Order: sequence, then C-alpha cells, then structure tokens
Amino acid sequence: MTILASAPPAVRQYRHLTLLLALAAVVTVSLVRVFTDESRMTTPGTLRLALIAACPILLAGLGGLWAERAGVVNIGLEGQMLLGTWGAAFFAYHFGAWAGVLGALLMGALGGLLHAVATITFGVDHIISGVAINIAGLGAVGYLAQTFFTDLDGGGPRNLSGYAVPAQITIPGISDAALWVSDQRWFLVSDIAAAVAGVTTRLSLLTILAVALVALTAWVLWRTPFGLRLRSCGENPQAAETLGVNVYRYKYIAVLISGAFAGLGGAYLAMVASSSFTTGQTNGRGYIGLASMIFGNWNPTGVLASSLMFGYADGVSLLSDNGPLVHALLLLLSLILLGYAAVKYLGGERVTGIVVALIAVALLVWYLAVDSVPADFTGMTPYLLTLFVLAVASQRLRMPAASGKPYRRGQAG
Amino acid sequence: MSGQQNGQVTRRVTQAITYSILPTIVAIVAALVATSVVVWATGAPIGGFVDTMLSVPSNRDTIIIVNQASMIALSAFAAAICFRMGLFNIGVEGQYIVGACAGAFFAGSGIVPGPLNILATLIVAMLAGIVWAMIAAVLNVTRGVSEVISAIMLNYVALTLAGYLVKTYGERSGYTFTTPKIPPSSQPLGFGLFADAPDVWALAILAVIVGIGYSFLLGWTRFGFDLRTTGESRTAALANGIDPRRMVLIVMAISGAIAGLVWMPSFFGSTHTFGIPEYFQRGLGFTGLAVALLGRNTSLGIGFGSLLFAFLATQSNRLQSVGVARDVVEITQGIVVLMVVIAFEIARRIKVRREQERVARELEPATTTGASA
Repeated sequence: MTILASAPPAVRQYRHLTLLLALAAVVTVSLVRVFTDESRMTTPGTLRLALIAACPILLAGLGGLWAERAGVVNIGLEGQMLLGTWGAAFFAYHFGAWAGVLGALLMGALGGLLHAVATITFGVDHIISGVAINIAGLGAVGYLAQTFFTDLDGGGPRNLSGYAVPAQITIPGISDAALWVSDQRWFLVSDIAAAVAGVTTRLSLLTILAVALVALTAWVLWRTPFGLRLRSCGENPQAAETLGVNVYRYKYIAVLISGAFAGLGGAYLAMVASSSFTTGQTNGRGYIGLASMIFGNWNPTGVLASSLMFGYADGVSLLSDNGPLVHALLLLLSLILLGYAAVKYLGGERVTGIVVALIAVALLVWYLAVDSVPADFTGMTPYLLTLFVLAVASQRLRMPAASGKPYRRGQAG
Repeated sequence: MSGQQNGQVTRRVTQAITYSILPTIVAIVAALVATSVVVWATGAPIGGFVDTMLSVPSNRDTIIIVNQASMIALSAFAAAICFRMGLFNIGVEGQYIVGACAGAFFAGSGIVPGPLNILATLIVAMLAGIVWAMIAAVLNVTRGVSEVISAIMLNYVALTLAGYLVKTYGERSGYTFTTPKIPPSSQPLGFGLFADAPDVWALAILAVIVGIGYSFLLGWTRFGFDLRTTGESRTAALANGIDPRRMVLIVMAISGAIAGLVWMPSFFGSTHTFGIPEYFQRGLGFTGLAVALLGRNTSLGIGFGSLLFAFLATQSNRLQSVGVARDVVEITQGIVVLMVVIAFEIARRIKVRREQERVARELEPATTTGASA
C-alpha cells in the first residue's frame, strides 16, 4: 500500500481522471437507458450474460498478453482455446469438474508448447506458426471428438454433454437486495444495482478465477522480479541477455502460460457459457481475445475493460428480438464517440477530433433514420471497434517493443 | 574451363535439391508420420488409414481434386504475392468472401446478358476483393496499422456483412437465404476428362492463367523486380527510388483482385448461387496461406501444394468408412506448414554454417602464405 501512497501527483491525477471517465460512462449509459426506455440494456440478466460472454474473451486476451509481453505474438489462441474446449469436456466427463479445468489448461498449454517450439527454438515467423496451430487445432479437436465422444452416453461425433461443471454461487443478501433495487428502474441507482446483482447471482467459480487471474497477471508481471525479466524479453531481449536473463526460458514459460490461459477460456466456453461441448465452439473468440488485448493496450486492466465491452456486444447478440436494443446502443455509441471527439479536439488533435465527430454524427443519423438495427451488427462490433481504435489511436497504443521479432541467443551486439 | 562450369552447374543443382526440394519432402513425410502417430495413439485403425490415404483416387475424385486445387491455388497466389513483399495478407479469407458475395449478386441480377456476364462478374468480384484489401492497405500505409491485425478483424466483418446482405437482399430457399441463381445462358460448360465423371469446372483455368501471370510478373518485369526488392529490404528499395508505401497499396490491390476470384470456379461450375453456409466454402483463405508457404511462393510449388492439399482433403472423405475421423487431415495440413517452415529454417542454418566453413577453408592457405611471406 506504500506504493499507492507514494504515487506521484501526475499518476494520482490520472487515476482520478479514469474514475471520472468511468462515472461519466455509467451516467451516460443510464441516461440513454432512460431516454430510449430500453430497460433490457441494463437488466441483471443482460449483464450476467455479458459477463459470461466476456470471460472467455478475457482469458484469451490475458493469454495473448502473456505471450506478447515476452515478445511472442500468439495468433494461435483460437486453436489453443479449441483444444481447451475438448480437454475440459473429456477430463470433466471422466474425472470430474476440476479435472476438466486442469485438462483444459494442459491441452491449451500443449498448443502453446507447439507454438513455443516453432517460434522460439526454430525461429519460425510467429504469424505462420499461429495460423498452422489454428488449422491443426481445429482438425485435432474434430478428430479427437469423433474418436473419443461418439460412443459415450450423451456424446456424439461432434458434441458431448452430461459432464460435471464447476459450482455456481449466489451471495444471498446482496443478490436479493440488488435484484429488488434494479427492478425499480431508478435512474443510475438501478443500473449499478443491476451490475451488482449480475455479479452476485449464480456466479460460476470459473468467473471468479478468471477475474482473479487479471489481478494475478498484473501482480506477477509488474510487481515481481520474474515479471520484470519476462517483460524485458519482450522489450529488448538482447539487453536482457546481456544482464544474464535466460531469454529462451522466459519466452517458453510465457507462451506455455499463454496457451494454458487460452485453454482455460475454452473450458469456460464448454462449462459455463454452455454446459456441453461442440466442435468449433470458440467461433473466433480467440481472435476477439487478441483484439481485446490490443484494445486494452497490452495492459491487464485494459484487457478486462475491453473484454467486458466486447462481451456485452456478444451477450446482446444472444438476446432474442434484440433489434430495438441494438438500436438504443447505437445512440450510446454515438454519444461516447462525441465525447471522445471533444476530448481529442480540445487536446489539440483537431483532425482526429473532427473525423471521429463525423463518424458519431453518422451513427446518430443512422439512429434517427431507423427503428431497429439487425443483430448482425452487434456481432461485428468488437471487430469494428478494434479497427476504429487502431485507425484513430494507433499512436497511443504501445505494444512491447520486440513483440513478433525473431531472437536468437548470442546475437546481442 | 568447361569442367569448372560443369562443376558450377552440378553444385547449383545439388544446392537446389539439398536446400529446397529435400526440406519440402522431409516436411511432408514428417507431417504424415506425425498424423499416423496421432491415429495410432488414439487407437484408430492405422492400417486402414494409410491404405485409404495412399490409394489411387477414382475418376470422380480426381475431378474433385482438380476443382478444389484450382481454388486453393488462386488463394495461394493471392497470399504469395504479398509474402514476396514481406506482407502477410491473412485477409484473403475476408477478401474472397466479399468477392464471392458481390460477384454472386451481380451475376444473379443478369444485368449483362449471356457469356459476357461471366467476364463482368469476374471483374466485379475482383473489384470487391480490391476494395476489401484496400481497407487494410490504407490503414497500413497511413496509420501504420499491422495488416495482420486489421485483416483478422476484416475477415469477421466480411463474414457477418455477407450473411447480412444475403439475408436482407437475397431470396429464401428452404431454410436459408441465397443470392438469385445465375441465368442458364451465363453458365459455362466444363472440361470433360472422363466419361463417367462430372466435368472439371470451366473457371478452374483461372488458376493456370493467374499462375502464369504470377511467374511472369515476378520474374520478367521491372515491377516484379521492384516488388522483390521491397520484400528484401524496404530501405534499399527507398534508396533505389521505389516508394514502399505505393508498393504496399499496389501489391495489396493485386492480391485482393486475385482473392476476389478464389470462389468463382465453384460458383460458375457448380453452385450458381451464394449463401453461407450451404452455398459457399469457407476456409480457403487459410488453406491458401498454408499452400503458399509450402510452395515457397513459386508457381510450380503452389501448383504442387494445392494439388497435395486437395488430394488430402478428398481422400479423407473415404476415411469414415474405415473408422477414422476425416478431420485428421486438417492436423496433417497444419503440421505440414509448421514442418516446412521449420525444415527450411534448419536447412538455412546448415547452409550458412557450411558456407562459413567453406570460406574459412579457402582463406586458410592464403593466411598461411601471408604469414610465411
């Protein structure tokens, strides 16, 4: 806690600004909810769905973060996640829920190991290796499912159900109170209560684990000597080598953890988001995880925030008859962009500010012109937002300096 | 004198075999062995697997292999031209979805009558592919956005967008939506090879045309030279008056145009309509990437690689009857890509070491004479 107390004024000011921005965002959401009378925007049900959709993305994003912080780009997240879905189903079916979680971690780590051997030992281009792992992972899961699940009770060549999953907990007093408050549809208070209810009602232990891993990642990577060395491999491996860091070993550890996290994301999909396994269950979430890592600027808290946002978009697209809700979200997005444009414009980046403002106005016009937006567009949201952030704020993003660059021992100049 | 020249030629040929062909063969064999080990380890009938995979395909399957290979090859050329310039066009997947969707809507509308419709459709599909590729290219040159990341995003946007367009502006057919069918007057005949099998798709010829054009462009034109120079070193290219940013735009446009053509052989040859997922074949973009890597970005290599991948995929259809899941070939395809790059990396390291040793050997007497003088 001494760290907090001794934070320099600039950092403290920055923290206040973040808090202020978060508060402004909540107020805006609440205002839009009241104005559009689209109460489903913040019901506990929707927010719970959003949280469940967010966790696999979060875990994949954290996986990507570990690898990239050590200088390895892991496009193979999708394949490792797929391996995780199978591992979770197989081991949970035969040995119980937590064995399934462990199995998913191991299967994901296996995919990570393949990536590590190719990229670190043999210096293969990281993207090529990742693409190959995604192809092989998809094939492996299809093959393993058909070979091992076809004859099982509750199984088939492409699916398996009827295995144990980690328990869900409800915090009795808080959950009921928050549910009641959120039902009143008061301005702001009910929205916050809905969020509280969302995280205290039928909360899976895996969700808690996922969020705990954010804190653990932040602590290990930024507060321990191990983390410092690992990150130095991602920033300047030659310099790390001259200081006696075994770069290969750190990269291997990072990529193994990366794969394991992605595998855990797969377990989440097969155990919490749905209670059964199907082949191809990830459906591109590994790539959204990668997007959340970029959107989150290679920071654990950033990854958490962007995963929640992408998860919300994902969750909304699962709701039935969601046209009007998506329509209301269009207004919200437009307002947020207008705010962002104002910040940019006042901050001196006039051109960017004007461009963003134009996009916001276009969204507003779209909102006013139609009554309902097809749900396909919520599915696109994570990708479009990431493209937008890359296009507008790529100067503000800072990836690890040596990420994706080849490294061989003994070449430090 | 001629003896020395002969020696040179022999060394070149040996080098080509040792450092290009041998690694490829080693990689393919290693991938097949690795797959066999997976099959064996999971207790599936290994004998049946090997017999089926290595059996001679029937006439009908041969046609399917050729047809599939044409699409894979087109996709591989789209990826390869970017590889040659050090760009990673992972967005072929999205570009060919957009090309297929735009082309199918245009062809189905029948604005242009008769066979001319085919040509016009190809142009529309290419333009659509170019537009989609340009998003990533423009972001790359103006904002410095990695083309890999933006392409991943654009692939998913393309898929969702195409689904939405077909659902909104297409026709209902059964449980799904499709674009209007091509008028019969615009459906080309295929090439009949066997009496007892369907024809090879007419537009499979596109793969051959693009392949020849690719070799010509890269090997025999000033532009191809510029392209390869930019691929070797952007700073060197800049010093020689080549604008790398302009090259990125042009090459991505060519790649997008080729990508737009990828699904056209199947569209004009058999489906005649477009609708995800029934009337479309996804994943060709990634297969193409793999084949481009396998074929070392050369026309012959890509032709061979696309036939190999199509062969594996088609043979796998009969695996089910011997009790092996057909998905196993995707493991082979993934591993072969990894193996091929690893094999080439090892070959390169060996080559470098040998050359260093050779230079050291040749310098040795010189230093001794220098010391004695």
